[in-house]
Amino acid sequence: MDYPSELKYTKTHEWVRLEGDVAVVGITDFAQDALGDVVYVELPAVGRKVAAGEAVAVVESVKTASDIYAPLEGEILEVNSALSDKPELVNQSPYGEGWLFKMRFNPSGLSELLSALEYQKVAQAG
Amino acid sequence: MRTTPLYQAHLALGARMVPFAGYEMPLQYASITAEHRAVREGAGMFDVSHMGEFWVRGPGALPFLQYVTLNDVAKLRVGRAQYSMLPSAQGGVVDDVYLYRTAEGEYLMVVNAANIGKDWAHLVALSQGFDVELENASDFFALIAVQGPQAVGALQGLTDTDLLSPRKNDTFMGKLAGKWVRFARTGYTGEDGYEVFVAPDEAEAVWEALRSVGVTPCGLGARDTLRLEAGFPLYGHELTEETSPLCTPFAWVVKAQKDFYGKEALLGQDCGQRLVGLALEEGVPREGYRVLHGGEEVGRLTSGTYSPLLKKGIAMAYVRAELAGPGTRLEVEVRGRALPAVVVELPFLRR
Repeated sequence: MDYPSELKYTKTHEWVRLEGDVAVVGITDFAQDALGDVVYVELPAVGRKVAAGEAVAVVESVKTASDIYAPLEGEILEVNSALSDKPELVNQSPYGEGWLFKMRFNPSGLSELLSALEYQKVAQAG
Repeated sequence: MRTTPLYQAHLALGARMVPFAGYEMPLQYASITAEHRAVREGAGMFDVSHMGEFWVRGPGALPFLQYVTLNDVAKLRVGRAQYSMLPSAQGGVVDDVYLYRTAEGEYLMVVNAANIGKDWAHLVALSQGFDVELENASDFFALIAVQGPQAVGALQGLTDTDLLSPRKNDTFMGKLAGKWVRFARTGYTGEDGYEVFVAPDEAEAVWEALRSVGVTPCGLGARDTLRLEAGFPLYGHELTEETSPLCTPFAWVVKAQKDFYGKEALLGQDCGQRLVGLALEEGVPREGYRVLHGGEEVGRLTSGTYSPLLKKGIAMAYVRAELAGPGTRLEVEVRGRALPAVVVELPFLRR
């Protein structure tokens, strides 16, 4: 399992990449592996205001559907439209082309996010 | 939790194991979709050793089986197999089964793993008064299903027994990779192939021989998506003690001209709801989701998945009988959204 050290993580298996005042969000290598073949991704509406921990997207594999939570408070700026045709990108490139959405965020929540090392312990605990 | 004779082989392959019907079984090895494709395009194999096997022997075997199953056992010649169901007293289904006539006065019944105890008690109770001997041989068989357009060719490479000439539903003994097995040209995927009954201590040798000729190990995940595409029912979902087989596309199993247990109750039922196939253009349908018509609930999904070959959601559901006709437009409620669904004839995938 790969957990890039430059990313931040949540206990619910999302990752966050900070690009200035924008946060890019996806699901971790651990999460995509646990889900199995992703076949459908339901993404939030652009412009939607979200609270930290709010369910905002759904990733469906052959076997199951899994809620994706906003890692921070803020507003959805953009969603990865490539996933509607190629949901398997979530499996193939969870930290790259398989990103889910970008959001403007309230930086006060940043301290709640986990480092790669901290997240690794969460993932190992199952 | 019980394990099958192939448990160590599954672990060695890195399978993701899950509890199923009291057994620890492989859900998938690497990818459900890849395993699904292996069966549709090449050859895959499933460990289905958890399924139950009952021997039915004796001069009363035929009349007994005619009484406790729905299909016509009199039509079953030696060396042939048939799909059937065990009717309940109330007109529902105790289990769906496969029945193999292995010799004169000898039949092998294969039952669902989750129902072994229930079926056994049911059959023993009904056997009173029949000159018949029942044996629960579930622990004496491992069972490997080898399925796909290249399955028979792969098997043929491991035996001198002619596997090409037998027809669908034929069954016979032969050697496979040097081990005595029972072959049955049956399966649960909609593909050609054989199910191979083998002694538990020889199962791993057969499994490894099949791997060596390129047969892909497949788990329960692919087994479910394959059977759904093929339009086969799964007991506990499409068939239950509360549902009538007459209200399903599998009503052909019911042979009303013979006498059977619970016949009056079964034939006396009206179908307020009928089992149908549903196809969705968007979204992934799941068991338990509501089926809507004009905003009103008209049924529930009994099974649902994403079809890796059709690349869309497929499901089965009991819906109001007047809405069961192919082409009827309904909706499936997915997380509060009513997504369009259309009633389609089974199977979803025609081979």
